[in-house]
Amino acid sequence: MFGTLLNRLIENRVFRSIVRHGFPDSNRNRSLASFTNFFLHLQPVKVRLKAIEFTRTFYLGGLSLACLLILSITGVLLMFYYHPSVPRAYDDMKDLEFVVSQGVFLRNMHRWAAHLMVLLVSLHMIRVFYAGAYRPPREFNWVIGVVLLLFTVLLSYTGYLLPWDQLAYWAVTVGTNMARAVPAIGEEMRFLMLGGHTVNENALIRFYVLHCVALPAALFLGIAIHLWRVRKDGGVYVEPGEGGEVRG
Amino acid sequence: MAEFELERGADARKVPLRLLFVQADERPAVEEEDAQVVMSFPHLVLRELIAFLALLLFLVAISLLFDAPLEELANPDRTPNPAKAPWYFLGLQELLHYYPPVVAGVLLPGLIVGCLMIIPYFVVNLERAPLWASGRVTKVIAILLGSVGLVAVLACSGAHPLWPAIVPTILIALLMVLPGLLGTGTRTLAWIGSRSLPFWIFTWFLAVGLALTVVGIFFRGPGWTLTLPWRDGIYY
Ligand code: HEM
Repeated sequence: MFGTLLNRLIENRVFRSIVRHGFPDSNRNRSLASFTNFFLHLQPVKVRLKAIEFTRTFYLGGLSLACLLILSITGVLLMFYYHPSVPRAYDDMKDLEFVVSQGVFLRNMHRWAAHLMVLLVSLHMIRVFYAGAYRPPREFNWVIGVVLLLFTVLLSYTGYLLPWDQLAYWAVTVGTNMARAVPAIGEEMRFLMLGGHTVNENALIRFYVLHCVALPAALFLGIAIHLWRVRKDGGVYVEPGEGGEVRG
Repeated sequence: MAEFELERGADARKVPLRLLFVQADERPAVEEEDAQVVMSFPHLVLRELIAFLALLLFLVAISLLFDAPLEELANPDRTPNPAKAPWYFLGLQELLHYYPPVVAGVLLPGLIVGCLMIIPYFVVNLERAPLWASGRVTKVIAILLGSVGLVAVLACSGAHPLWPAIVPTILIALLMVLPGLLGTGTRTLAWIGSRSLPFWIFTWFLAVGLALTVVGIFFRGPGWTLTLPWRDGIYY
């Protein structure tokens, strides 16, 4: 009964036009599930069982990406309620608290996921280091990783200003004051970052655009390259003695 | 090097004509005989799904229990004391207490990022040879001299002695020389002894970073004075 229903659902022209292979109960169809899926093909079709053990990676890279996905969804929802202007931005925070249904929950999810992501990405880097997984041929993927870490921190930091409360304002003032210390071009750099000499509405709109458009786009692209390279480099690193990898 | 000849022709099906393209490269292959290999779909995809759902549940729980902070409207005329950056920058802000902004805010962060990036391009980091495989006496002396020098620099270079870096430095140096002094008789000593120099440097970096960050988050109050979180609460 259930089987026929499933068959009806899958074995028709409309469904087959979307997913081109049959039910993934054979290894052939399972390979096709990976090959023909845009998202799944970022990872290999076959993996060593050793490579996907929880204790090897603690899934820290995957969970970093999961955080980013949750952040993107909650972030888009937050954007519906947010105006990047002074003092409207702050009023919108109050509206989220008192007017929007589940507004507090939405904001909480976004906030805590952001903090968690910085933590998870850092832990992922630490895991990779101690595993020695930055060694050839994975050197450049490590470098890409460092860039991803920077993007993650910047993404979190630009978001910190958006509520436009005392915490946001002064945290960003403290941070951008550091830019002043850069020899010769410090003052100009800070001006470029803030669109002015102090943290004001221009800074808010700059941080907003970076936070909602430029940095997420860069991060997603970077992660796609990162994951693709993990695959091209022979999958997650397993020590040679453990059975799995041969070079050359 | 093979000589290349430019192939001309507008028909992509005929030019270039290749039956087989053999590329010698350095990418590792997966040796399937001696490792168990499974299909990513469903074995990996399911695991990823479970991990994702666990994370989602965790975040939902945290979000129901704890509210994100929101203070009053930003006021450029009222500087809070202390004015703290987000937690992941508090290690650097703690450094600002000891060193001028060029050092704490520009030089050191740049150095950290630069050093992280070049890790895979240094042979020591690729070999990761056990530290105590050879040369016991010279190494004990070198490590002790090196760490004493480092502690001296950390103690004298800033406006105050850099305790959050000095303490981890001493602890790590002691752990490091332990197998050199006591030998590698027990399991623990053998394990410590088989760590490499890159292991110790990275661990030192993490320990110092963690100590600075923890001090910055929990132990700093108005005027960046030392506070105790259990007595004075946490300033943020
Ligand atoms: C947004 C941030 C990042 C995401 C989403 C991400 C994602 C991933 C994923 C899913 C993997 C597969 C294995 C695993 O989960 O450990 C991986 C592997 C890897 N990552 Fe990342 N990563 C990020 C940041 C970083 C950083 C900061 C570094 C290092 C500085 C790094 C270096 C590597 C390397 C070298 C591998 C290969 C590890 C191996 O083969 O065992 N990644 N990454």
